[in-house]
Amino acid sequence: MKGEKKNKTIKTIRIDVDKCVGCMACEVICSAFHATPKYSSNNPARSRIRVIRDPIADIYVPVYAGEYAVAECAGRDKYTIDGKEYDECAFCRASCSSRDVFKEPDSGLPLKCDMCESDPPQEKPLCVQWCLNEALIYEEREEEIEEEEEKQDELEIGLESLANKYGLLKIMNIVARMSLSKKGQV
Amino acid sequence: MRYAETGFNLEIDLTRRSIERVATDPIDTELYLGGLGTNAKILWDRVPPEVEAFSPDNLLIFATGLLCGTPAPGCNRTIVSTISPQTELMAFSMMGGFWAPELKYAGYDKVILRGKSPELVYLWINNDKVEIRDASHLQGKGAIETEELIRQELNEPKAQVASIGLAGENRVYFASIEQGRSSASRGGIGAVMGDKGVKAIAVRGTKDVNVARPAEFMELCNEVLKYIKVREEKPIPGVMPILAGLGSPQEMKLHDEKWHTESFMWGNSRTRRKEFWNEEIEKNWRETLESARIRLISCYNCPLKCAATISVSGFPTYMMKCFSKLTYTMAAYSDLDFGLKIAQRATEYGVDAFSTPQVMAFALELYETGILTDKDFPGMPSDNEGRFFWLLDRIVRREGIGDVLANGTYWAAQQIGNGAEEYAHNNIKKLEQLPLKLSMLNPIYFLMYATGEKINITQIEGQFPQAPFPTIEEREEFAKDWVQVPDEKFKQYLLDWEPRGEKSMPFYPTVEMCCDIVDWQERMHYIDDALGMCSGLSSFPLKPPYHIHNYPKFISSGVGIDMDEAKLSQAAKRYRTLVRAVNIRRGMRREDEKPPENHWKKRFPELEKDLLDKYYKFKGWNDEGIPTKDSLHELELDYVNEDFQQRRILTDIDNDPSKETYAKNQENKVEDGNHEG
Repeated sequence: MKGEKKNKTIKTIRIDVDKCVGCMACEVICSAFHATPKYSSNNPARSRIRVIRDPIADIYVPVYAGEYAVAECAGRDKYTIDGKEYDECAFCRASCSSRDVFKEPDSGLPLKCDMCESDPPQEKPLCVQWCLNEALIYEEREEEIEEEEEKQDELEIGLESLANKYGLLKIMNIVARMSLSKKGQV
Repeated sequence: MRYAETGFNLEIDLTRRSIERVATDPIDTELYLGGLGTNAKILWDRVPPEVEAFSPDNLLIFATGLLCGTPAPGCNRTIVSTISPQTELMAFSMMGGFWAPELKYAGYDKVILRGKSPELVYLWINNDKVEIRDASHLQGKGAIETEELIRQELNEPKAQVASIGLAGENRVYFASIEQGRSSASRGGIGAVMGDKGVKAIAVRGTKDVNVARPAEFMELCNEVLKYIKVREEKPIPGVMPILAGLGSPQEMKLHDEKWHTESFMWGNSRTRRKEFWNEEIEKNWRETLESARIRLISCYNCPLKCAATISVSGFPTYMMKCFSKLTYTMAAYSDLDFGLKIAQRATEYGVDAFSTPQVMAFALELYETGILTDKDFPGMPSDNEGRFFWLLDRIVRREGIGDVLANGTYWAAQQIGNGAEEYAHNNIKKLEQLPLKLSMLNPIYFLMYATGEKINITQIEGQFPQAPFPTIEEREEFAKDWVQVPDEKFKQYLLDWEPRGEKSMPFYPTVEMCCDIVDWQERMHYIDDALGMCSGLSSFPLKPPYHIHNYPKFISSGVGIDMDEAKLSQAAKRYRTLVRAVNIRRGMRREDEKPPENHWKKRFPELEKDLLDKYYKFKGWNDEGIPTKDSLHELELDYVNEDFQQRRILTDIDNDPSKETYAKNQENKVEDGNHEG
């Protein structure tokens, strides 16, 4: 199967930073939707979309979480756009060790945008629906891509990040200990 | 588990440098909701009337509203309550922005400050870690400057910071608390913060805020958003542009200032310039605003854009909202460019944009008339704009005449004497009002000005149109989808209300109708102030998304306490009465409840007396405006009655108000008869 061409629907959010008013409604609704049970709580620190904001510098960049990155990248550059200076990180969607966005505040586990496809799947991501100023626009397009291996699931991504943080051996020890104590309870 | 609220207050004693996290009683939430409601309860319980604004025993409470931090759109207000140095009554100024939700996420409903710190400090609340930190290096810094410095120092760009500028540090009676694009400005609460030695409170929170019945709550939120969209696309016809849409008046967005510049007074609330607005001015002001305005911005979780980032050449960037756009301009008879420039300075100093321009115009009027002389203004520039900048600098530093002016027009006039009192002509309860001087008495506004305890008309008006629509067709059109009314009778009041003739002001709406209308308007503001809702989405505009019919559902599903319209109205009435009780205990009486003498040209003393008599009665207050024993009992405020009895504020005679009121009514009837005869 590998290497075969295939059509795939790519879902993206087009971000118009000029239209962002900095209200963070996207963060509110994202964290509420992904709470368990759904909407039972909200906490922007758990949101999978973040508004990188610096009001006095007039910087408002909504960024939604992409892949988890094992290590920091070399990106320390500055971009000046329209006289405003942006960190390279402002546009980066990775959950990485150089910053605290896109991580669960308590566990530090990485967060990733799922386009609100989880149950019940939403017509559009909720951040887009709650952005009445249309800074976030949902787009779908068809792209021809090479078939990839199956995507890692959320659990695996989480475990991998923990392994990177604490070392695989430590994680395995903890898992072993947890399974022993569970058995003890039965 | 507590829903919507965290169930914890942070108690900080600045004298002893102690910090406690204190669990709150859920019964208080049922009785007083949160925000202003529970603030009033705390001030009643813990700040006796002998305590002055600048006493260490005065409390300064920063409260979140009950629904702040939930996804309810626009629910982001911080309600700051204390005793005002200017009015010596309870002040409960509020601010939008981002601070209150952040405090909820940090795990607290309120921060309660008591005592005084001998050195300037700031507070850093980072979830469970709370610190009192040295702020000596921030002394004299601007409010916005301070916020940025603290964020850098803490290396926490997401921290939300509420701070004071030089005015607060120097206890200027109209000093504000600033927070980026918002401020809690009225009543001098910034001076109390400065008196307590607190330069700023920085907050960062990363905890969850829970709601009780998530699916139901979200459906309500989505309905509100949907309604906002529809309402924004369909402005109300036949009213001035600032009242057609939602939000606080869209001053940053709109260029048409004909209404404000021609209806409001210029200078020390003196001159109405009826032919002011013309094409050339519109063009100039449009250019000024468009070149200065970088972006329209919002508060937390609100799609409206009531504020703007402003950058005028030669001045640092700042953020502005609402009517501060014009207050300095109009006080100085100047233009918008000057207004935007001096507002930058004023924001950094942290002063109230309603009082400050009037105080300065008042000083210059006294100078013109010779009550103040050259020796009071050594070194003052000769140009008009320069004088305002010079005066502002003196006031916030309390230098020379600035030290007197820093107490506001009422107290300054007392100190200056020599007839200066006449020039402090635009106050209610010692607080400067919006510069409006009108012709015909408006009975609804009369009651709101007289009895409003926020002592600020924008904080009590709303919902009901300010003036009658000229034609019946327009009225019918307006009443058609007016779902916000608490009762159908309000539609009839409006339908029958004529600009001229028998059913026009001041005798229509009738006294009884005025009581209903004012009570409704006030009730919605008080509900907003307990929930933390911005009045721009609720009590202030016409046909808002939040109203008496959906609020109980928000509270039931959000907080998990059973709520219906009657119970909510009763709760609002309870803490509204408690606010009054705090002020009554501090000496406020009927004689204090009056609009400025010259607010309207055409006054009707008998009608005004009747309005106040009937409204007091309607509210359950006696002829002095004191809540009666029976009404206190009905509101489960018997403890207030006990205190009133002990202090001889209420005596047994007052317990039977019917007799007294009856006698007075008889008297009125005789008077009326005489006139007709």
